[in-house]
Amino acid sequence: MNPQIAAAFAVLPLYLAWHVLLSASALGLGLLIGLPVAVAAARSKTLRWPALTLASLVQTIPSLALLALFYPLLLALSAAIKPLVGFGLPALGFLPSLLALTLYSILPILRNGVTGLTGIDLSVIEAADGLGMTSSQKLFRVEAPLAAPVAMAGVRTAAVWTIGAATLSTPVGQTSLGDYIFSGLQTENWVFVLFGCGASAALAIVVDQLLGLIEIGAARRGMKRIGIGLAALLIGTAVAITPLAGALFGDDKAAYVVGAKNFSEQFILADLISDRLKAAGSVTDTKQGLGSAVAFRALAANDIDVYVDYSGTLWTNVLGHTDTPSRAAMLAALTTELKAKYGVTVLGSLGFENAYALTMKPDRAASLGLKTLEDLSGKAGGLTLGSDLEFLSRPEWTALKSAYGFQFKGMKSYTPTFMYRALSGGEADVISAFSSDGRIAADHLVVLSDTKGAIPSYDAVVLLAPKRANDARLSGVLRPLIGKLTVERMRQANLTVDQDVNKVSPEDAARALAADIR
Amino acid sequence: MAGGPPNIIAFSAVSKSFDGGKTEAVNRIDLAIPEGQFLAVVGSSGSGKTTLLKMINRLVEPDAGEVCVGGEAVHGLPVADLRRRIGYVFQGIGLFPHLTVAENIGVVPSLIGWDKARITVRTRELLRLVDLPEDYATRFPDALSGGQRQRVGVARALAAGPKIMLMDEPFGALDPVTRDGLGTAYRTLHNELCLTTVMVTHDVQEAVLLADRIVVMHGGKLLADDAPAALLKGHPDEAVEALMSTPRRQAERVRALIDGPMSAASA
Repeated sequence: MNPQIAAAFAVLPLYLAWHVLLSASALGLGLLIGLPVAVAAARSKTLRWPALTLASLVQTIPSLALLALFYPLLLALSAAIKPLVGFGLPALGFLPSLLALTLYSILPILRNGVTGLTGIDLSVIEAADGLGMTSSQKLFRVEAPLAAPVAMAGVRTAAVWTIGAATLSTPVGQTSLGDYIFSGLQTENWVFVLFGCGASAALAIVVDQLLGLIEIGAARRGMKRIGIGLAALLIGTAVAITPLAGALFGDDKAAYVVGAKNFSEQFILADLISDRLKAAGSVTDTKQGLGSAVAFRALAANDIDVYVDYSGTLWTNVLGHTDTPSRAAMLAALTTELKAKYGVTVLGSLGFENAYALTMKPDRAASLGLKTLEDLSGKAGGLTLGSDLEFLSRPEWTALKSAYGFQFKGMKSYTPTFMYRALSGGEADVISAFSSDGRIAADHLVVLSDTKGAIPSYDAVVLLAPKRANDARLSGVLRPLIGKLTVERMRQANLTVDQDVNKVSPEDAARALAADIR
Repeated sequence: MAGGPPNIIAFSAVSKSFDGGKTEAVNRIDLAIPEGQFLAVVGSSGSGKTTLLKMINRLVEPDAGEVCVGGEAVHGLPVADLRRRIGYVFQGIGLFPHLTVAENIGVVPSLIGWDKARITVRTRELLRLVDLPEDYATRFPDALSGGQRQRVGVARALAAGPKIMLMDEPFGALDPVTRDGLGTAYRTLHNELCLTTVMVTHDVQEAVLLADRIVVMHGGKLLADDAPAALLKGHPDEAVEALMSTPRRQAERVRALIDGPMSAASA
């Protein structure tokens, strides 16, 4: 078997288990909320309009944004209730994903439930009342069975939506089939992307068909169909989530949670850290594909224990500074300020920088005679800038603009992988590359030098969560990495993951890197 | 009424308005119905006859006055219990489409906790009573004709052995032949089972042929209250007279048609 497919199958039980657990819980919760509200809304016209409008409103929020919004919401809620109840809420992972998906599943359940109930022949309702049924007898003996086929169609829609949208829980730190898609997009592992899409689609189709069986059973009063459909769903869910039994109920709960942002280097570094911890006998879990700002907040909130960030990012985005001190001064100030403000420990720099670097294709730079950013500012009016998704909204870009007065002809944002594609394809003339990216050396790209020192330094630093500040075991295991990763080593590791041929997984790249620095 | 049967249903000064008092659908009505009587309530649409009927089993609650069933004020009785001991048949029939004929008939007995065997026996008995073949028990309502459906509707209303039957245009949607047959069959049941029946209808002919007593409603008031034969002889109120003269005139015309050629020949 293709090694990438084999690698995909190896993690399938875990990804599928989380995906099923998440979708099933969200759908179950959606039913628990949606059905009673549907009954209430069908009986009360005053309630119907606000309930349906609110549910529709939730639906207009893009699912990715809805999932992401629950993170700050839960963080704030957690901070608010902590003094009252003595514990906070996890703002990352299962809880925000569950809540967002539950909200998302309510509309089809609610709308079809109301349609089903209000569509019942009025003479049937009059008969139920006239014969002396109580309100609940009327609901369970008459209304529910008659509304069931229409309501079940809504449940099917909700199930398909939930299973599809659950792939988007990866960026808020919840393992799902979306892990294939997000990591695959970052490392250009299209096998993974396809595998993730295929797996979630297959899951959605199977669940939809089983619910369809129940729907037909409900319409024709076929208890056998309903029974088979329900049994298959319950057994399927139980079997799918068995890989989690140990994690959920056993004692081997992950001791350390290693975080990673959403690009190849972060995946490799997270695996490098995990491997070292595992070798030292610890159990680890990883939360990959976190948004840049989410990662630090998650660490400060103790949702993750350790991850690697970059000094310039922390300096400007987290601490809000606008100056650019020297590399050493920034590192020293960062260490004191992060400790004082957030209780976060800066264990040290890994030894390489991953700075934003405005980069061009060598022939294009040569023909325009560009070597520095000052050269670029004169020619920018005829050039298109390609950036990653966050660069243009980051303080670094503001600093660059005010230092060099850039006025580009056009600016486009891409995911990192597609940014490099845009450069090679000619859609962008200049890109905001990363200095540790292997593709700079592999493609012989020209890095325009920052003669005015507008871009701060971006030392890769290992950060520890507040609760791990005095964890001697953790710092002991990780300290040997400090200063060991030269930019050449990191570029090489990144390249092996990002290149099109002889591509390796981040895990293998991390192992090679570990062997290299030993 | 010394010596007569006691009143099983009684209205005293009952009023009901659906528009906050601007118009009275039922306006201070007093009406007593003795046990065993077959009462027809006739009147045009909007006369308040259905409202009057529905206040007996509390499908409509009066604004003022008191409705008594079996000597007890209905507003003091648990509504579900009250309805379960009163049969209710209406034009919409309202058979439960997801239940078989037998299950439809057995609804009230199952609500009041009869065991399965007793319900089965009772269902068979009722199918015979409303003249439906026993193998209809397992059919669903959509496999029945309109007349058959209303027979099931009557059987369902009779299932738990009520003493009172409320019928709101029960045969209004049926063709004339079925309607006549079903009406006559029901009247027989009324006698055999010693029921008290209140039937709302806008069909005066049906009322005349089936009922022991007719009340005529108009604008929420009772305009007339008498035996059919007495009302057919004429009434001082114009509206009542117009209503009651219709079946009489129709009957006379039909008679004339039947007799016509013969009387022409004899002339």
